[in-house]
Amino acid sequence: MGIYEVLFWFLTVMAISCALGVILSRNPVNSVLFLIATFFAVSGHYILLNAQFLAIVNIIVYAGAIMVLFLFVIMLMNLNADTEPQKNRLVQLAGVISGGALFLVVLAAFRTTTVSVLEQSATDIGLIKNLGKTLFTQFVLPFEISSVLFLSAMIGAIVIGKKE
Amino acid sequence: MLLMQIDIAFILEKVILITVILMGSLGVAMYATWGERKVAAVMQDRVGPNRAGWFGLLQPLADGGKLFFKEEIIPDRSTRALFILGPCLAMLTALMTSAVIPWGPDIVTKNGVISLQVADVSIGILFIFGVVSLGVYGVMLGGWASNNKFSLLSSIRAASQAISYELAMGISLVAMLMMTGSLSLRDIVAQQHGFWADNYFTWNFFKQPLGFLIFLVCSFAELNRAPFDLPECESELNMGYHQEYSSMKLGFYLFAEYINLFISSAVIATLYFGGYNFPFMDQVAAGVHPVLFAAICALVLITKVICLILFFMFVRWTLPRFRYDQLMNLGWKSLIPLALVNMVITGGVILWVMN
Repeated sequence: MGIYEVLFWFLTVMAISCALGVILSRNPVNSVLFLIATFFAVSGHYILLNAQFLAIVNIIVYAGAIMVLFLFVIMLMNLNADTEPQKNRLVQLAGVISGGALFLVVLAAFRTTTVSVLEQSATDIGLIKNLGKTLFTQFVLPFEISSVLFLSAMIGAIVIGKKE
Repeated sequence: MLLMQIDIAFILEKVILITVILMGSLGVAMYATWGERKVAAVMQDRVGPNRAGWFGLLQPLADGGKLFFKEEIIPDRSTRALFILGPCLAMLTALMTSAVIPWGPDIVTKNGVISLQVADVSIGILFIFGVVSLGVYGVMLGGWASNNKFSLLSSIRAASQAISYELAMGISLVAMLMMTGSLSLRDIVAQQHGFWADNYFTWNFFKQPLGFLIFLVCSFAELNRAPFDLPECESELNMGYHQEYSSMKLGFYLFAEYINLFISSAVIATLYFGGYNFPFMDQVAAGVHPVLFAAICALVLITKVICLILFFMFVRWTLPRFRYDQLMNLGWKSLIPLALVNMVITGGVILWVMN
């Protein structure tokens, strides 16, 4: 095994176990911390793909800003394991069945598809120069439309949050 | 394994460099505490620490020894694991940023090139930005895990302050990056070579004065230093987020602040004051041995950093603390629009000059 394989398996195990930690841990603060660790593992995968810009933006935006807000809200609400509402059996059963069905579909889909192998060496596409050029030439219209979407979301948040 | 194929000399070089930088930052942070007290003493017409050693120079060691031998108290109702994780994260994020700062020019020898930068990543600035945005977790987790309402309030203040000022900081950096065209700190420093070229100053401070001002104000806020030290204002929150901490955990929090001070001064010096560059450096480089030249350059950078640290200290002991609403108004209603205007002006100037 080369160092890439070692890192790949390490990051994969980390990502999956931390993702499990998010849904299995009782304390919501721990869930948030596990989610942050998951983001780090995913960023590590980006770096293995030589997409450094995506990796660091993932950390800045998700781990650095959005998760801080999550943590913020959870700390202020002071959620505890004993105040968590218990759902009744029927809802739990329905959740298990629908989740299992989705899992089955995904599993079946993955069994039949063939994923094209990405060349490890020749990908400079994640570097910021190439990414910027692609975004502003080939995908300029979707890019601008999504930024307008963000702007309208921001204005909407201000309008909702404004006192009368 | 590929790990074995990597040159042993390369690993050794990096390990030595990392050790020197780590020890250097710890040493500077240690003496920054002494410097802070001396500066405060001078400004308040006092003597300051003068008992331990000559001019009180052994005072940081005495403080460190005291913190080490204090009793370690973990509150009964705290979340134990996170209570311990808090100071660790604060220290970790404080020390991580130094990896991408170029501390001197490359030393070209017969056996190869020795770089005085731990890692030249192509996204150097964004790396710093990412680590800075993670820095708030140490404070937040520590404050929450203490199970104390003052600590919680303080950590929430710290988090909202950090998020608010990160925006203006990022936009002021965008304007600078439009001029440099590179995210790598090595390139940015190389572009500021010397002091005067093409009938203008090469340092970014002269090209981006407004951006520098915004960046400076934001770094005061990110560092939780006066006049923005709302997370630990004694009059409202007792000691803030480290209220429940004792012994070396408290020491880590206090120490991480001074390391942050050192590193962010180094970042400001690198981004805006030319890093290790100084006037007439080409003439000096022609005259001396490359190793000596690199040492001079590193010394120049350290001098700039120390000047900036002193500036931070002078401001702390000069200005009164902001009120919290004033802090938020300044961040959201003044600095962000100003940074946006700066970005538009920079774009216009670049277009005008290029055509």
